[in-house]
Amino acid sequence: MERTGIFSAACLAFRRDLLLAFRHWGQVAQPLVFFAIVATLFPLALGPQLAELREIAGGTLWVAALLASLLGVELLFRADHADGTLEQMMISGQPLAMLVLAKGFAHWTVCGLPLVLLAPLVAAGLGAPPAANCTVMLSLALGTGILSALGAIGSALTLGLRRGSLLLGLLVLPLAMPALIFGARAIDLAIHGDSARGPLLLLSAMLVLCVTLAPPAAAAALRISAE
Amino acid sequence: MHVLGANGTGKTTLLRVITGLLSPEHGRVAWGGRDTRFDSDGWRASFSYLGHSDGLKPELTARENLAFETGLRRRLREGEVDAALGQVGLAAACDLPAGFLSAGQRRRLAMARVMLAAAPLWILDEPYTNLDVGGSTLVAGVIGRHLDAGGAAIIAAHQALAIPGHTPRRLELS
Amino acid sequence: MNWTWFHKLASPPHAYRIAARLLPWFGWPAGALIAAGLYGGLVLAPADYQQGDAFRIVYVHAPSAWLSMFVYATMAVAAAIGLVWRIKLAHAVAAASAPIGASFTFLALATGAIWGKPMWGTWWVWDARLTSELILLFLYTGVMALRASIDDRDRADRAAAVLALVGVVNLPIIHYSVYWWNTLHQPATLTKIGKPSMAGDMLWPLLVMMLGFTLYYAAILLIRLRAEILRRERDAGWLTTELAR
Repeated sequence: MERTGIFSAACLAFRRDLLLAFRHWGQVAQPLVFFAIVATLFPLALGPQLAELREIAGGTLWVAALLASLLGVELLFRADHADGTLEQMMISGQPLAMLVLAKGFAHWTVCGLPLVLLAPLVAAGLGAPPAANCTVMLSLALGTGILSALGAIGSALTLGLRRGSLLLGLLVLPLAMPALIFGARAIDLAIHGDSARGPLLLLSAMLVLCVTLAPPAAAAALRISAE
Repeated sequence: MHVLGANGTGKTTLLRVITGLLSPEHGRVAWGGRDTRFDSDGWRASFSYLGHSDGLKPELTARENLAFETGLRRRLREGEVDAALGQVGLAAACDLPAGFLSAGQRRRLAMARVMLAAAPLWILDEPYTNLDVGGSTLVAGVIGRHLDAGGAAIIAAHQALAIPGHTPRRLELS
Repeated sequence: MNWTWFHKLASPPHAYRIAARLLPWFGWPAGALIAAGLYGGLVLAPADYQQGDAFRIVYVHAPSAWLSMFVYATMAVAAAIGLVWRIKLAHAVAAASAPIGASFTFLALATGAIWGKPMWGTWWVWDARLTSELILLFLYTGVMALRASIDDRDRADRAAAVLALVGVVNLPIIHYSVYWWNTLHQPATLTKIGKPSMAGDMLWPLLVMMLGFTLYYAAILLIRLRAEILRRERDAGWLTTELAR
């Protein structure tokens, strides 16, 4: 009997989650729509002047992306916990942190990536020039990645709790504030034509830190929550 | 081994402590003389668990469920999944999403998962739940074949196990 | 090495009794130091040439801010000990510390706002220090909320411990991000609510207050720890004999 290697097991988990998402794509589209709705709230609240909206475009995009990601991150473990497959993954003999990493990456591909692709459209609606699109997408790609990682820890901790979604926001948003600072700043710099290299590099560093430390933390939290 | 006891005596808790999903407050679990905490991945590869929930994704077909859960543990060979489905009487339902199966069929599918893992120890919590007489006989047969091949099983069940050719040791909890 | 003395110490009955015995050793010195510090700061120290008497609030603000971070660090260390060595008392210490830390954070924010009013004319500015303290308050409330939302005490303790550790790793990142964000949007014209460069006469009451506050935290922690032990060991046999004494 040949035991499955860690990498193959991770790939298997990744493919499974993608397959499940495709069979439930309605559920997956919800955070995307939420992103567009929240971004629309700002022009409605502040007035239609594109010049004004352009000044807050970076922050608006990021806040909307944060809130939408928060909504989507619950999909990560909730279903698996409910039908018992999470438990089976915990006793499969594979390191749980790797499976969490694979699931997190699948989650980002399904929730974060579409958001990144939609972002230039929303950014244009907020008055951002097309030249900034590259930075917008990169900034949000890194940001949604960080959110997926932090969200994994949060949803692992709040697994199965009633009112868990509210608590999840309470836990994850303060941790995401540094990313917000640099991410919004990057977009603002790009909108004004300056180089956003500094904030983007810092954001990348944060992503690397999150991707390295979040899976073990989430795995520990899952074991605690499953008891 | 047959673990018996009325509701609430802790059969499920005991089984979950053995699997490592729950940590014991006192005492320890040892396999082959070694504490299972020291080589948890190795220990987990040595057993297969059937809990209260079936551990199946309703959106995946029976085949896909088995392929994934077993694939996490070991390399599958051609036709193993179909053979396993045949043994639990689900050959006809192999391409149905697990959500469309009846409760009894799902329980049997979960049993097929346990079987496919090819682990020496089976830890089963109420394997006969939702099964009719025919289903129970099938499952008892599967367990019997596992024991015949030299495997071991710890089974928590209300009713008598009725495994052909084997009389289990009993552990009664109160 | 024989660790039984440590496990004996960490058992609830012992901790309960020892906490009671240690309390006066922290409580009285704390009171004395705070009194001395307040006298030194409010009465003896000369007024600051720039800020006048308003600066005196630093004698409460700076120790509160220091304590808010010290308590979080203590909570994180207790959480780590509880998770790794599974010592229930460590979790009790973390549970008892969280509200104390949150209160100090709130005090730091309030005194910061009070200080800000004569300085900038508004009750709140997004100063780096204040914003950092605000985010710290959110981290505290997150830990407390998580602990309160989980019914199973064991799971609650361990989940809150994981969260506290995640927070402690994030704390330097948050601190420096906020600092950077602040200097970026408000170039140097803003006088930071930091420790103004202080002459000796102004400095010693501050240090005395810091030490006094720290001892005060220890005293309050001991009191809350005893209450926490009572709550957790409600059904234990040793408690009935203890309370009958």
